[in-house]
Amino acid sequence: MADKMELNEVEVWDGNYAASQALRQAQVDVVAAYPITPSTPIVENYGAYVANGYVDGEYVMAESEHGAMSACVGAAAAGGRVATATSSQGFMLMLEVLYQASGMRLPIVLTVVNRAVASPLNVRGDHGDMYAGRDSGWVQIDAFNAQEAYDLTLCAFKIGEDLDVRLPVMVHQDGFVTSHTAQNVYPLSDEEAYAFVGDYKPVDEMLDFSRPVTYGAQTEEDWHYEHKAKQHKALMESYKVIDKVFEEFEKKTGRKYNRLEQYMMEDAEVAIVALGTTVETAIYAAEQLRKDEGIKAGVVAPRSFRPFPYNEIREALANVKSVAVLDRSCPMGAMGALYNEICGAMASTPANPLVTNYIYGLGGRDFAVEDAKNIFREQKANADAGYITTELQQFSGLRGPKLAFYEAKRS
Amino acid sequence: MIEIRWHSRAGQGAVTGAKGLGDIVSRTGKQVQAFALYGSAKRGAAMRAYNRIDDEPIITHEKFMYPDYVLVIDPGLAFTDNITENDKESTKYIITTHLNKEELISQIPALQDKADRVFVVDCIGISLDTIGRAIPNAPMLGALMKVSNMFELDFFLDSMKRVLAKFPQKIIDANMDAITRAYNEVK
Repeated sequence: MADKMELNEVEVWDGNYAASQALRQAQVDVVAAYPITPSTPIVENYGAYVANGYVDGEYVMAESEHGAMSACVGAAAAGGRVATATSSQGFMLMLEVLYQASGMRLPIVLTVVNRAVASPLNVRGDHGDMYAGRDSGWVQIDAFNAQEAYDLTLCAFKIGEDLDVRLPVMVHQDGFVTSHTAQNVYPLSDEEAYAFVGDYKPVDEMLDFSRPVTYGAQTEEDWHYEHKAKQHKALMESYKVIDKVFEEFEKKTGRKYNRLEQYMMEDAEVAIVALGTTVETAIYAAEQLRKDEGIKAGVVAPRSFRPFPYNEIREALANVKSVAVLDRSCPMGAMGALYNEICGAMASTPANPLVTNYIYGLGGRDFAVEDAKNIFREQKANADAGYITTELQQFSGLRGPKLAFYEAKRS
Repeated sequence: MIEIRWHSRAGQGAVTGAKGLGDIVSRTGKQVQAFALYGSAKRGAAMRAYNRIDDEPIITHEKFMYPDYVLVIDPGLAFTDNITENDKESTKYIITTHLNKEELISQIPALQDKADRVFVVDCIGISLDTIGRAIPNAPMLGALMKVSNMFELDFFLDSMKRVLAKFPQKIIDANMDAITRAYNEVK
């Protein structure tokens, strides 16, 4: 029986420590890992919890991230509760196996501390790795601060392991800005946290020798398509379970999460759509602009990046005049992925907001409150003019000459 | 909101100091943030750590700040780092040095119109005397308590004992001495 840890009502934890405490409280059976900055402390702490008797689990040191996720797939197929952590290059090396995990419907939890992808080499936060996972068939939940990294990691087990979902779940947090920033965190006690997550319910576990099963079978054109379509359906419909888990979490803690978070949108004329810590910085900027400059600014943020909250986006932006969609990943030859999602959602509604795209914060470039204000001010100018006054894609916070692409083709 | 910027070398304990301060302040019902900007992540490299303290939840995640306090825990960085960057009319400086205040300010042009807001304390000397190693973070917190009036010395010492609880008694006692000396010696 694992030892309990006494936690204070308020702790000062960084995002990494918060995520590792959630893994401990969920009593993960197997963590197979190949540590990488900035997510190293998550698995390092879990290893210490195992060594010090706080978890009845196994810590498996792998030879690479490909090996780490492969070991996670094996352990999950065997019938255990499984989790690991990674970032950036490690995420890229895992990528092949991420598709295996979701295709085999193994509810592994991957805590991703978002970091830029080389080259050039960079250890700081952007969303390049998170975006690379968006077609991998995992549920992707995004935390904007350390408290949320803790809360959502607990929720992730309950979402992924639900028998109506049975899919792996990533919980994302921003490298350094969340992972290495200590802040007030209000944890649950070990008993409350475990009671919320619940016992693991294995499905078709390979260690049940009385009922042999196959994982990772080959299907060619006869069945592959049907399998993938069924997996997509499960992910599309997982929103019901996500909503249910968020409701249960609110009952337990008073902290309410939504697949699409909205701030000051009731009367908003202009909005920023963003992910990660930028969401909170943008809220801070919006509050000041409302007070100081009379700009009715609001913020919209997909908490659930996959499944994407399509319907909720359509409702949230129905009455907004101008929207800035912020992508913290270089789209390399296209518009940002989040921009495309938002435009796709709004194209099927009668609302016709002016939507532009901002690339920002690559490789950890600071996203300051003033940057957010400038973006809101440009939206206000669009709203007042009634047309897009800037190029469609701009780069915020870039040094050197201004970089922007595409003119609007409507007035 | 109170904002604090630490100038340190990696290994001198600025991150531990910033997190320890956050920990203590959080227990008084305040909201805190503690983070760092590492340079090349090598021991001895110049780096900065930051604290924010407020009554409301702190939701800005920008690294940029106009600091209320600048804490310099490596004596050399007062000369080589841009310690007055983004300062305000009210920014207070606490600088680790073996020099007296006049000697220090006479050698740093950027501080010459801020003499009334500059405080000096020899955190390196104090930590060598008390802890036996050049770990200037704890004494700097003692000096900060005196200059800022954030907490009474006794309350702060009790809180630090809790933060340091995992260490042997000898190390806790040495840190208490270091904090108390810096509190009394900062000028």
